[in-house]
Amino acid sequence: MEKNKIKNKKKRGKRVIPGFGISIGTTLTLLSLIVLIPMASIVILSSGLSLHEFWQIVTVKEVIAAYKVSFSSAFIAALINCLFGIILAWVLVRYEFPGKRILDGLIELPFALPTAVAGIALTALYSDKGWIGSIFAKAGIKIAYTKLGIILAMVFIGIPFVVRAIQPVLEKLDGQYEEAAAMLGASGRRTFFKVIFPEIFPAMLTGFGLALARGIGEYGSVVFIAGNIPYETQIAPLLIMTKLEQFKYTDATAIALVMLIASFIILLLINIIQAYANKITSN
Amino acid sequence: MSKSDYRNGQVNKKINTTKAILIAVSIIFILVMLVMPMIAVITYALQNGIEAYLKAVKDQYTIKALQLTVIATVSAVVINTIFGLFAAWTVTKFEFRGKQLLTTLIDIPFAISPVIAGLIFILTFGRIGWAYDFLQANDIKIVFAVPGIILATIFVTFPFVSREIIPVLNAQGKDEEEAAALMGANGFKIFTKITLPHIKWALLYGVVLCTARAMGEFGAVSVLSGHLRGKTNTLPLHVEILYNEFKLTDAFAVSSILVILAVIILIIRNIIEHKAKKAGEC
Repeated sequence: MEKNKIKNKKKRGKRVIPGFGISIGTTLTLLSLIVLIPMASIVILSSGLSLHEFWQIVTVKEVIAAYKVSFSSAFIAALINCLFGIILAWVLVRYEFPGKRILDGLIELPFALPTAVAGIALTALYSDKGWIGSIFAKAGIKIAYTKLGIILAMVFIGIPFVVRAIQPVLEKLDGQYEEAAAMLGASGRRTFFKVIFPEIFPAMLTGFGLALARGIGEYGSVVFIAGNIPYETQIAPLLIMTKLEQFKYTDATAIALVMLIASFIILLLINIIQAYANKITSN
Repeated sequence: MSKSDYRNGQVNKKINTTKAILIAVSIIFILVMLVMPMIAVITYALQNGIEAYLKAVKDQYTIKALQLTVIATVSAVVINTIFGLFAAWTVTKFEFRGKQLLTTLIDIPFAISPVIAGLIFILTFGRIGWAYDFLQANDIKIVFAVPGIILATIFVTFPFVSREIIPVLNAQGKDEEEAAALMGANGFKIFTKITLPHIKWALLYGVVLCTARAMGEFGAVSVLSGHLRGKTNTLPLHVEILYNEFKLTDAFAVSSILVILAVIILIIRNIIEHKAKKAGEC
């Protein structure tokens, strides 16, 4: 009894600040109306689907091919982003040079530029007649309307995620360890791989995961440069779009469900990695 | 830098070469990947002269698309700001069960493909949706109409404002608000006098990010629009239509409007970030 009273008091004591009711009320109402209720529709529709039907839809050759294109391109693009992301973050944090602030501001461009605009601009640049595409065309390399084009668009869309994930970690990194490593005679490369890289690795993985998830789901910037040849350069989001245009709602939902599960697994892994990294650093 | 003590000449030279190479790689990457596309848009937009450019920009469908883009963007910013403020206040000022779940649910729109975002609204309000009969009975159109576009835009930008405010409020704690409440201030007063000054830059930052994403949203809107020219066309959708009709100059001319808006947003974003750093928020 006594305990309960204290507990009650404690509970009330925690909410000194007024407005809990209206705040959580507004939050939950808007969240339900805009996110939860519409999201429930996909669950409702797919629950009407037997496992067998679901399996039949998502294992059609065309669908498997689209998944392969989407996942493999996003994976390669995220890897490329990790490489350039580390270089860019390093340069922006450690070096001083004229124009650095502009460079830093430009990193965010893929977030600000509408994806459709980025899509047609990249296509124009990298097609056989484009400024950059024509150079590669001479060497016999086609970029636009091939998988290379898809990867390129995904690199464009994913780069800010990696840079912005690594930058704050590098900024906080204590120079002492590097100095110690250098004093002990480690080469620059060795210092980087043995001292700095392990520190930024969790942040890089986070950036990798975000870029990967974005790449898998990306539509606007990829659809123009992809060429959309079935089995070769057709991405999964476009396949959903096509199914919707043909009013094949069940097919679209099943294909979407696999993508949803994939992105949730990626995000879950990121969260686990982050929690793990926090644990290590706090120890 | 402090590391100069132990550097002998050779190491110094090596470090300088590495530095030069890395800076060069960074600049080339940004020029080729990020700057060139913008230059390409402007160049192609102007390739048939300034008159052709102005004609494409002043075309009535372009103006109508711009109007719809503005409507959708403003709706998204208003709704998401209201939501962001309430959600951030709820999550950071109170303790309750299921808080972790709530923050995870808010982030859902981040994790899913824009095409899937469009799909869920089709599955809710479209012909096979469970709300279809009700909408039909009340003569409300959502799918392939303006409300659908607005809804999709709100959805994809839903967590943008709350996400920027929550970390700032978490760092600030709730002592000041509690003190004010104990002294008898009401909720509104506490919010405007104490909380708002702390989060003003983060709030602005969230609004800017929300604006950028809302005006450029393509996938989700594309699913829901039905591509009715002059009715359910936003600027990015209009670009797509022109591009697919091989009216390339027009497509790039309309794109140039969005490029200019993107650059303005980027500049504002940097100013805000700079000010917020100065104010010690971030």
